[in-house]
Amino acid sequence: MNDHLLSVILFTPLAGLLVLMFIPGRQKTLVRLWANISAAAGLLVSIPMIVQFNRNAEGYQFMERVDWIPSLGVQYLVGVDGISVLMVMLTTIMGFLAIFSSWDSVKEREKEYYAMFLLQQTGMIGVFISLDFLLFYIFWEMVLVPMYFIIGVWGGPRKLYAAIKFFLYTLAGGVLMLLGILALYFQHNAQFGRYTFEIAELMKLNLPLGLQQWVFWSFFLGFAIKVPMFPFHTWLPDAHTEAPTAGSVILAAVLLKMGTYGFIRFSLPLLPGASADRTIVTVLAVLSIIGILYGALVSLMQQDWKKLVAYSSVSHLGFCTLGIFALNQAGITGSVIQQINHGISTGMLFLVVGVIYERRHTREIKEYGGLAHVMPNYAIVFAIAMLSSAGLPLLNGFVGEFTILQGAFDANKTWAAFAVLGVIFGAAYLLWLYQRTMLGEVTNEKNKGLPDLNWREWAVFVPLILWAVSIGVYPKPYFDILEKPVAQIVRRVHQTPSAVAAVPVKAEAVTR
Amino acid sequence: MNIYYTSTDHFVLLPAILLALFGCATLLFDFWVFPDPRQRRWLLLFLVLGEAFAGVAFWRQQDFLNTHGGELVAFNGVLTVDHYGLFFQWIFLATTVIVGLISYKYLEVREEHHGEYYGLLMLAQCGMFFLASGTELVTIFVGLETMAVTFYILVGFLRADKRSNEAALKYLLLGGLSSGFLAYGFSVLYGIAGSTKLRDISAAVAARDAWDPILLLAIATTAVGLLFKISAAPFHMWAPDAYEGAPTSITAFLAVGSKAASFALLMRLFFGPLSPARESWVPLMIAAAILSMIIGNFAAVTQTNTKRLLAYSGINHAGYILLGLIAGNPTGLKGMLVYLLIYTFMTLGAFLVLTVLTRKGLAGEDINDLNGLMQRAPGYAIWMLIFLVSLAGIPPTGGFFGKYFIFLALLETGHTTLAIIAALFVAVSVYYYFRMIKAIFVQKEEQETPPLATSLGVRLALGVTGVLTLLIGVYPEPFLRLAQMSISR
Repeated sequence: MNDHLLSVILFTPLAGLLVLMFIPGRQKTLVRLWANISAAAGLLVSIPMIVQFNRNAEGYQFMERVDWIPSLGVQYLVGVDGISVLMVMLTTIMGFLAIFSSWDSVKEREKEYYAMFLLQQTGMIGVFISLDFLLFYIFWEMVLVPMYFIIGVWGGPRKLYAAIKFFLYTLAGGVLMLLGILALYFQHNAQFGRYTFEIAELMKLNLPLGLQQWVFWSFFLGFAIKVPMFPFHTWLPDAHTEAPTAGSVILAAVLLKMGTYGFIRFSLPLLPGASADRTIVTVLAVLSIIGILYGALVSLMQQDWKKLVAYSSVSHLGFCTLGIFALNQAGITGSVIQQINHGISTGMLFLVVGVIYERRHTREIKEYGGLAHVMPNYAIVFAIAMLSSAGLPLLNGFVGEFTILQGAFDANKTWAAFAVLGVIFGAAYLLWLYQRTMLGEVTNEKNKGLPDLNWREWAVFVPLILWAVSIGVYPKPYFDILEKPVAQIVRRVHQTPSAVAAVPVKAEAVTR
Repeated sequence: MNIYYTSTDHFVLLPAILLALFGCATLLFDFWVFPDPRQRRWLLLFLVLGEAFAGVAFWRQQDFLNTHGGELVAFNGVLTVDHYGLFFQWIFLATTVIVGLISYKYLEVREEHHGEYYGLLMLAQCGMFFLASGTELVTIFVGLETMAVTFYILVGFLRADKRSNEAALKYLLLGGLSSGFLAYGFSVLYGIAGSTKLRDISAAVAARDAWDPILLLAIATTAVGLLFKISAAPFHMWAPDAYEGAPTSITAFLAVGSKAASFALLMRLFFGPLSPARESWVPLMIAAAILSMIIGNFAAVTQTNTKRLLAYSGINHAGYILLGLIAGNPTGLKGMLVYLLIYTFMTLGAFLVLTVLTRKGLAGEDINDLNGLMQRAPGYAIWMLIFLVSLAGIPPTGGFFGKYFIFLALLETGHTTLAIIAALFVAVSVYYYFRMIKAIFVQKEEQETPPLATSLGVRLALGVTGVLTLLIGVYPEPFLRLAQMSISR
């Protein structure tokens, strides 16, 4: 099995989906049960990957290579480094929790619902393990369709608008990105006489800076819309707010990370010249900072609980992109850790909203108040989620934000100064939200008899809380696993553009 | 010059002879052998049998080319069998069979089931044969008119339906006009070359300046005639009306067969004899491609009739395929072939699903008629999703690889702006395809509706089109090889 570990991880959800299709839709419990089993199996098969992963080795591990479309030079080429390992784990864990948390909350068309989640699971894992650019692109686009349905069928009142907006935005970015991919592909044929989409091969290209910039902006549109960076963020509040709880969790925890992952995996190593270009770095850093501050300020004035969490994502993802474009070890490492953290914390926050929404069917903040008296356990869970999102030391958010700020400070002190403001605003909107909903007296009669967390909800929250605390207390494993791959990217970006092309990647590893 | 009828001639012409024979025989059988309406299914079988014979004849030609290579020239250069032509012959054959399979139930429901229908399908295919394999202008023109005349009849096949009559008349008038343009262009080409054979025209065109006024006249009129036939803007006006009025099965035939055949001719002319004058016609094609994408996409957005919507989407696809011609390199040519191949199956599939929605007294053409299809018939709904996603060009469906080659060819030849425009229009097209998807999966059925008009033939055709649409997306290698082989000389 170890030879095909990644394929097993990739196709387990899809296999689960195929079986699910033969379960009659009337057997609701069986459908739920099978979907949970498939997702749990998807999680279990990913555990050997993290156990056997060698963090001291350079390059990709568990590689599999099959010629898929030889006449186009497309391969089924998968492999993981430290960054992708973390992303895959995030996907399998959050995917399982999202499916598990839907047990009670989804009451119509269950079979299609779970089918879409399983399909999406395969697409997301594929994005994180593909080492062939076209394969990556196919998975990238494949994710859109299930998410369209998840929002469009099981979403809130404005679900159709939100779903198509999400789809059109991300698709437009994706197609423009495809043009950039094809430009590299064509260049590779022009320089080496061979068509290939393999990332390691494309990294050998010697590209003039002008072309690099051109391709960079095309990648930028694809990735920045997905992240989303300001000013491409407008699809996000709609999609996150209208999606069903589990959909929002997956959107926030995993889908957005596809964008930041794309920057780290493709933009920086393939286009080092453009990525280190002063103008480009400045533009991206400024957009990130605007995202951080704008997201935080807009969160402050939201009346809608879920929308507040959605806008907080814009702010947090701004930190992630700022870390990436600090272009140093601390910045990128922090960014990856913060991506995981955001998955955990914002995932929890969406689940927290989902719990109360299921009981009250409203997300208006002013409908609530004093819930801590009625639902004490819930209040504790929310407090932990909120503090982890706000970056309290000893919880996960602190580690990521601190490291990013450290990297940003090294790169440019002004950036760090503005970003710190974002941390403060972040604490403000979250604490204020907590105060308005949880503290004080119970003002609304309808909230008096609300039941506290049930065992299933506990079962979703406990692993997330443990994970959040573990990162906060002992983040070393994460730094260890990220050290090698991030160092490689940083080295590549900081070489001069011409030198980069002259030194093939493998030789680079040997000379160290 | 002595005229001989050689065995090669016979070998090359055989499929067309078979198609014509079976087509005419069907017309007669309808009167003599199977006068009882309930026996019409035998005519469908007869069509399949005829296609099988033609298929064997094509297969022998394919086999000959595979072993001996090169091409087969018959009638002293009037007909040529090469991999390129055969590629299209297979497309036409598949299209005709699939259209036959989906027509049976549809025509019964519309109460216009007549035996000559199947004969006309085969005669239309016979005309297409000459469009893909003809290398002499008069032969090509006769083939084109054979196809066009049968289509005029087929579009107006629903005799009791006013829209069908109107569509046939419109199609006849505008189609006649476009044929006139084409005939004019052909006559000027003849004037330039002193011969109607493409190989002579090649030499004559190459000897002239690209901006030679007479040559320009010939190219412009030929191009206008062909752009009409492939329904590219601004010569697309007939398409939405003809598509809407025609029986849905014929709409599918029109959208796929007629378009592919006209593209076969367009590509043979413009990649062949007219390619030396590229610089003079490329601007014209760029204008047509961009206009097709603009008009096709933006007009489709507002349609509520699914057949009109797909008509505009077909105009849009014609624009995309033309981009391959504009790029003009081998990648572009290959891309056009791949695109047409996948376009055939996904479009047939989409129209097929529309035919099963037809019920007595209800055309099933409004976008709301798709509402709740997921609850009513999950199988059809899921296949329709695959067809629509493929039409939008989203992987892992076949439509993606059509767009892939077009983009690649444009980038390779430095048409970056065109590539960006084409890429952005993908996002626009998603909007209207997803209106249909939304109706199928999200909207609820408004009232209880009778069961779908399906039959074994329809399900078979659905399986073939659906599996191919998906297969070309998931494992395109054999299809790409086929396209590669078709452009190698």
